[in-house]
Amino acid sequence: MNIIINILAMTVPFSVALLLASIGEMFNQRSGVFNLGCEGIMAMGAFIGMLIPFSIGGGGAVAAGWNYLGLLLAAVIGALMGLFFGLIVVTFRAPQGIAGIGLQMFGVGTAGTLFRHFVGGTQSIPGLSSNPIPLLSDIPVIGEILFSHNIVVYLAFLFVPVAWYILMKTSWGLEVRAVGTYPRAADSMGINVNRIRYEALALGGALAGLAGAYLSVCQIKMFSDDLIAGRGFIAVALVYFGHWKPVRIMLGALLFSFTQTIQYNVQGLGINIPYEFFVMLPYVVVIVVLAFTSRNQTTSPAALGKPFNREIRT
Amino acid sequence: MTRNFKIAYKIVIILLAILATVLLSSAILLILGADIWRTFYTIVITPLTRVGHLTEVFVRAVPLCIIALGVAVAYRSGIVNIGAEGQMAMGILGFTSVALALPDLPKPILLPFALLAGVVTGGLWGFIPGILKAKLQVSELLSTVMLNYIAAQFYSFCLRVPMLDPVEALSGAGTPQSARLSANVEIGRITGRLHYGIFIAIVLAVLVYFFLWKTSFGYKMRASGSERRAARYGGISVPQYITLAMVISGAFAGLAGGIEIAAVHRRAIEGVTNNYGFSAVVVALFGMLHPFGIIPASFFFALLIYGSTLTPRAVGVPANIVDVMQGLIIIVIVTAQMVLQNSYLEDKVWHWYSQKRGLKEETK
Repeated sequence: MNIIINILAMTVPFSVALLLASIGEMFNQRSGVFNLGCEGIMAMGAFIGMLIPFSIGGGGAVAAGWNYLGLLLAAVIGALMGLFFGLIVVTFRAPQGIAGIGLQMFGVGTAGTLFRHFVGGTQSIPGLSSNPIPLLSDIPVIGEILFSHNIVVYLAFLFVPVAWYILMKTSWGLEVRAVGTYPRAADSMGINVNRIRYEALALGGALAGLAGAYLSVCQIKMFSDDLIAGRGFIAVALVYFGHWKPVRIMLGALLFSFTQTIQYNVQGLGINIPYEFFVMLPYVVVIVVLAFTSRNQTTSPAALGKPFNREIRT
Repeated sequence: MTRNFKIAYKIVIILLAILATVLLSSAILLILGADIWRTFYTIVITPLTRVGHLTEVFVRAVPLCIIALGVAVAYRSGIVNIGAEGQMAMGILGFTSVALALPDLPKPILLPFALLAGVVTGGLWGFIPGILKAKLQVSELLSTVMLNYIAAQFYSFCLRVPMLDPVEALSGAGTPQSARLSANVEIGRITGRLHYGIFIAIVLAVLVYFFLWKTSFGYKMRASGSERRAARYGGISVPQYITLAMVISGAFAGLAGGIEIAAVHRRAIEGVTNNYGFSAVVVALFGMLHPFGIIPASFFFALLIYGSTLTPRAVGVPANIVDVMQGLIIIVIVTAQMVLQNSYLEDKVWHWYSQKRGLKEETK
């Protein structure tokens, strides 16, 4: 029983990075842009996020404000990288898949280069401490699983309904969906397609940057070259899994982080299988899930992956 | 529009693309406070100045070239293979297990057999994303990346447990590596670490050229890639060729892994794949997806990869700078291609240019 609570109590905070990144990716894809560079943006976010508290405290304790500043700057960097990606795929209309791979290599490479130069070797930081919610965290079992984490965790889960509201109930959300479904019609209604796509990319990039910083500041509390370890790609896969809907994406993120947390509890569970196979598990799950969900995607944004050119009749 | 203008336009775009790459990487170097000129010099020129450096560049060019050929075959067939990293790792495992199991077979049998095992395991690892794409429309971009992580874990498991060098197990050091392979699977070296695998790479390039452009098989694969619906209308089973392209691509990566072990490392160790799988995508694009473009491109990127290993000591720039450059080069290449294809923009520039020239002539 204890071990199950333990696993579930880890599942919730571990899902946050995936959750934030894939909600961001959802906005990108809803506007018609497939951003495979998410992994690179997350790497840059993770680096910037840890650099701020590290350079202030030198690896020692710092005021919580510096951690928040790190998270904020990571979101800013992420938004800038999203806009850079927009320049490539929206303005120049480059093929999105391969350009995304380029952005991923660029992001991971830049983060690694700057990290070696400004930090050096692996350095852990104290990171953000957890803030159990008074009263609620005292509830047995549920309190430990849901209400004894740091503030970012609560905010991330609160953001899920907010994202749904933005996407479904605001005029900007309507424009995003229009641009991703039928850009020509949106264009004829006076919506600036490219501008909306840039905005969605900036939002998605900011969330991806924040997700990366969450990993380095709140979850793993250090930076290394393979810190992101494919989470950016899993986030993209989660969007397919969640059928471009925030709540389903959240459920997917929880499912994936559940498979990830198992590897930390293998010994406790008394399973005698080499740990590499548990590390593999989330990636295997992604492939299996993709195999079951990729076909007959009737809900996918119709213009996903298609550059829009108002000067060419299609 | 004059012919000269068209050529000049293309050259200017390509020059602008190169300039953009250099400027953007310089921006990163500027943040590092590094000497920009000396960094570029160390990466691009220094490796050319000594034979010892040059052979190391060629050593890196061989796997890059072989993998990039496979990536190009897949890309031409309409499927992007960014899983070469995993396919190479699986190829190494296939190669090593045969070499470990049958060390006493004579060389003319064992070496081809072990390489074939690498080709088969690599091809199988490529088959998975291929069939998933063909039958279930799973994005190969995602599935190959996931398979890379799975292969990497499986690889380190194999080195840590079933293939672990008995000497390491006895000494208790437990460095994850296989035992040294029998001399019967070695590929000979020419000078330094430069080995005869380089000829395999060149022969393969020629074969790929003939396969893609001189056989109906290759034609069908290229047709599946360039115009899927037309190909289907023409009676080509597109899913079949997409799967096949991915298998071929994986087989090339597996072969590259086998050769790398047979010629360079002579035992399976960690870090053999060395990001070649990703760099090969850049090489294939940079080589314009053509075998005879890939050969020089693989040399150029081997130069960057080797040169970047010199920068930490020479100018204090981390070796990761090569990833930054490769990412930028991909972005710039795909962007420049779109700009070059944009005839509307070309038209605009032509009008602007001819107007300007016309005005000048009038003022004369």
